[in-house]
Amino acid sequence: MFLFRLKRILRLGIKSLWLHKLRSVLTVLGIVFGVCSVISMLAIGEGASYEAQEQIKQLGSQNIIVKSVKPPQDESASSQQSFAIEYGLTYKDAERMAYTIPSIQVIVPMRAIRRDVRFGTTRVDGQVVGTVPWYPEIAKSRVQAGRFINAVEMQSAKNVCVLGAGIADKLFSYENPLGKAVKVGGDYYRVIGVMQEKSKANLGNGGNGGKITVENLNYEVFIPLTAAKSRFGELLIRRSSGTMEVERVQLHQIIVKVDELEQVTETAAILQTMLSLFHKKQDYELVVPLELLRQAERTKQIFNIVLGSIAAISLLVGGIGIMNIMLASVTERTREIGIRRALGAKKRDIITQFLTETVILSGSGGMIGIVIGVTIPFLITKFAHMATIVTLWALLLAFCISAAVGVIFGLYPAYRAANMDPIEALRHE
Amino acid sequence: MPIATIEQLSKTYKMGEVRVEALRDVSLSLDEGEYIAIMGPSGSGKSTLLNLIGCLDRPTSGRYFLGGQDVSQLTDDELSDIRSTRIGFIFQSYNLIAQLTALENIELPLFYQGVSEKESHERGARFADLVGLGHRVRHRPVELSGGEQQRVAIARSLINEPLILLADEPTGNLDSKTGQEILNLLDQLNAQGKAIVMVTHDPNVASRAKRIIQMIDGRVDEDTLQPGHQG
Repeated sequence: MFLFRLKRILRLGIKSLWLHKLRSVLTVLGIVFGVCSVISMLAIGEGASYEAQEQIKQLGSQNIIVKSVKPPQDESASSQQSFAIEYGLTYKDAERMAYTIPSIQVIVPMRAIRRDVRFGTTRVDGQVVGTVPWYPEIAKSRVQAGRFINAVEMQSAKNVCVLGAGIADKLFSYENPLGKAVKVGGDYYRVIGVMQEKSKANLGNGGNGGKITVENLNYEVFIPLTAAKSRFGELLIRRSSGTMEVERVQLHQIIVKVDELEQVTETAAILQTMLSLFHKKQDYELVVPLELLRQAERTKQIFNIVLGSIAAISLLVGGIGIMNIMLASVTERTREIGIRRALGAKKRDIITQFLTETVILSGSGGMIGIVIGVTIPFLITKFAHMATIVTLWALLLAFCISAAVGVIFGLYPAYRAANMDPIEALRHE
Repeated sequence: MPIATIEQLSKTYKMGEVRVEALRDVSLSLDEGEYIAIMGPSGSGKSTLLNLIGCLDRPTSGRYFLGGQDVSQLTDDELSDIRSTRIGFIFQSYNLIAQLTALENIELPLFYQGVSEKESHERGARFADLVGLGHRVRHRPVELSGGEQQRVAIARSLINEPLILLADEPTGNLDSKTGQEILNLLDQLNAQGKAIVMVTHDPNVASRAKRIIQMIDGRVDEDTLQPGHQG
């Protein structure tokens, strides 16, 4: 019964609006622009922050990454690169972390050396990473074929390796790499596994100061840390444009996994204090993905507030447009209101009628706005190659706001219409 | 048994500082099947009286019984209900709603009564036939002649089976031939027992009524029965 009545009221509203097509369409446009700008702006914002957050999440939100950083060269610059520069994290550091900080669940020490990797006549520039068996679990990477280094191989410093997806592809274009031997430096290593390809999203974070975190992703050769220690030593020789640099670095990176998410910030502070006690130079760096994530979230929040304000303003303008038109419409239709009152319409019937018309205007504006608002991000992604994400939440929000605008800005004109004196209204020319 | 009784009805308007006494102590009673013409110069209070009878307004003092119910001091919503169920209005300028078809205009009072769409259609079509409008019901008011529009208005005024039909210069905008047709229609309705109160300043139109009330300065000056209609 109520639904039938609603249907009739809606139909009557549409009829009245259709009488002034151009006026109604122009009024609707105000809302259309408001809604579609809200949706597309939110989609762009969402897309941008999603990319950033995904990169951070890949590092693991429960992890803290401690990296070796080459300290700024001071007076040693004068003495040239005649002797090795010693810096960075040490095995001792790793031990101290593991044994003295109770909130640390596990640590993954890593050592990275750039070396040629050969198989037969093929040679690929790879990143040799010495690490521990539990690396994949903590670093959130997966073994695609075969398996990762196990504890026995670790203990006995066996010459086994797990290839990154990229390097495996380059070296073994036509064969199964498992079981084959690749030559790294002066030794042969048996391939026991191949890592799953890591997504490109990770690469973006490479410039974070670390040497090995992500920039050579998919071109890594994982070997037991013990093997790296004994086969490659601690001296690293790097030749670049005629000069030669010799560095002594024990560990390039330690990934620390914390027990509970809540302890991450605290543990990072403890680590910082602990490291500063044993390192005179600032030759390490802490990266806390969780903090980065929080920062990204805060940025996103600010972004959303700014966008929300812009959206609110544009919808406000649309709402004022609706109110303007409805006030004009009420004045113009004074006589109609008088007639309806004379025929038995109550005040609330008149309010319902005019409110329905504004809600139809803003509601249809909202729906058209949603359609356009979904199309625009799609086109942006297609032609400008920017990530955009249209969330259901944004659609609902935009639609609800537009409907609310209709009600809020329709109330006053409807109230004015309902409170006209029927006799005066009937006399109105 | 009168269907409407007015006892010492007064209506005073305030226009700025000036108080205008539009109606002073008017008493009337209206019996079933009566046909009254209210005449008088402009400003004599005839429209005010019609508005009060039509429950569009509340009197300043006095009482008004409609169908046995005191309606002189009802709330706005209650007055709306009375108009919706007991009163039929016919206006000089037809007062149809432009965006609705003839049939939808006729059905409008039922919409506010909450009558279902199906029943509204049936009753609407019946009353359209009654006023001789059968085939034009799908047209909009602008597509209809003045006479046809007034027929739509009459059908609309009848659809709620009102106690009283109130007509304010119903032929004022029509040529004399069409006006005669409309008056004939009203005669016919009256003959079927519908009470009619009509405001007019045209003695020819008024002569159709059985009873003529002359008003001057907000008072009933003369209240005469037309000899031709007696019996």
